[in-house]
Amino acid sequence: MDALDGNSIAGELFEHFGAEMTSSPGTCAYCGASALVGELRVYSRAPGAVVRCPSCANVVIVLVRIRDGLRVDASAFRGL
Amino acid sequence: MSPISRGFTGRRRPVADPGRVPPGQYVTDDFPVLSAGPTPHTPLDEWSFTINGAVEGPVSWRWEEFIALPAETITVDIHCVTKWSKLDTSWRGVSVDTLLADVETEADYLTASSDGGYTTNLALEDATDGRAWVAYEYGGEPLHPEHGGPARLLVPHLYFWKSAKWVRGLTLTPDDEPGFWETYGYHNRGDPWLEQRYQGD
Amino acid sequence: MARTALPGRLTWQLARVVELVDETARSKSIVLELPDWPGHSAGQHVDVRLTAEDGYQAQRSYSIASSPEDEHLVLTVERLEDGEVSPYLVDELRTGDEVELRGPIGGYFAWEASLGGPLLLIAGGSGIVPFRSMLRHWAAGERDTMARLVYSSRAIGEVIYREELMRLATEDGVELHITLTREWPDDWQGHRGRVGRTLLEEVAWPPAAHPLIYACGPSGFVEAVAEALVAAGHEPGRIRTERFGPTGT
Repeated sequence: MDALDGNSIAGELFEHFGAEMTSSPGTCAYCGASALVGELRVYSRAPGAVVRCPSCANVVIVLVRIRDGLRVDASAFRGL
Repeated sequence: MSPISRGFTGRRRPVADPGRVPPGQYVTDDFPVLSAGPTPHTPLDEWSFTINGAVEGPVSWRWEEFIALPAETITVDIHCVTKWSKLDTSWRGVSVDTLLADVETEADYLTASSDGGYTTNLALEDATDGRAWVAYEYGGEPLHPEHGGPARLLVPHLYFWKSAKWVRGLTLTPDDEPGFWETYGYHNRGDPWLEQRYQGD
Repeated sequence: MARTALPGRLTWQLARVVELVDETARSKSIVLELPDWPGHSAGQHVDVRLTAEDGYQAQRSYSIASSPEDEHLVLTVERLEDGEVSPYLVDELRTGDEVELRGPIGGYFAWEASLGGPLLLIAGGSGIVPFRSMLRHWAAGERDTMARLVYSSRAIGEVIYREELMRLATEDGVELHITLTREWPDDWQGHRGRVGRTLLEEVAWPPAAHPLIYACGPSGFVEAVAEALVAAGHEPGRIRTERFGPTGT
């Protein structure tokens, strides 16, 4: 399955954080690599969006829409 | 509600027999590929399937041993929580009852684990009595990697996120332990006929 | 920094279709008017949401084809064979219809003159859309930096904005390289074959020039181009990518 870039969830991230996030930097909690949100790999053909570190492929952000409420867990992408 | 987009209907088709389609679902002819990560490619000579956890003794099969187990061909409808349903899909695989035949356990739940780290939880009663398989053929052909091959869990009476792709084992657990999507708010059981999409449904 | 929607407010708006322009056999530009558009940066995109009579919704993202200087917001959509939203936008939408959208979003892939250059844009298929916005913006400015476009398309008939790109080349000084991958006219003077290491060595600036590089198109195309650029010695931090691909389930 081909991943898209962090840009592809720009709208959802704006919804959650209240600001444009795709140029924001962060650090992968698993491997320590730094990346901009736009550089993360997004798998969104799923019950939610799974966002992975481009270096180690671990999951750093998960977005789900539960009953029209958007939930974002970015705890593994430090600094966001 | 949003204003109507004149003339837009989406890809959905009306169904001949609405009784076969759970509430909120629509029928599709194709087989959408959903994924939470890159497709794993475990070589068959490195593949194994293991049952462990709250059991008397763990059991494990290599690929050659696994496909030598008694298998069944079944035709079932499948229902994805993202609202598409596909009717009359044909699979071949080993019943989970067969896999658990010599396993002694007092556990009531299990967690299925896959290559790539995906997990999903099931009540043991939802995985037994002819309700679940580990499937390695789809439509008469070896299961394609993008659809979960070499083998995936198949639990058609629940939403399809429970049918873990690239499954490598079942861990029996005394308590229900939410898997990947369940942790983020999806339902622990996921019965499409009760529309159990999210926790609390 | 790229312009964005007002902080904290990314709301769905209704845009009215004021004109439809056939670009190629499979693509169409949709010219829109909105009451409350905050402006955008070249390279950004919008989310479009369609609603059926029974409430069913489908949402997709589309790059903005118009520059920040243009009067109207323009989207260019290519019809995907088994698409759900693109066939509606290309074949069904009429002037006067309204479309729900939100934006602009996606500052990561935006370019403005202050970011400098030299600017290297590499497009595959419909990946050309955000670059039309960037090149129009570049042409409207001081042109302090050089701008070069490498555009890969299957056949000449599938090159979107062909006439405009030729004008940008001959009149405004954009260095234009079109490569056709599947078929080309007998008298074709441009490049042939996919964008890979060989073609890039021919048309891209050397790494020593530190170009600012944007690559946009199908996932596989962008992946191959980014790998070839890094293999050729370009800094990964100077390469921005926007992969197009299927979304929605």
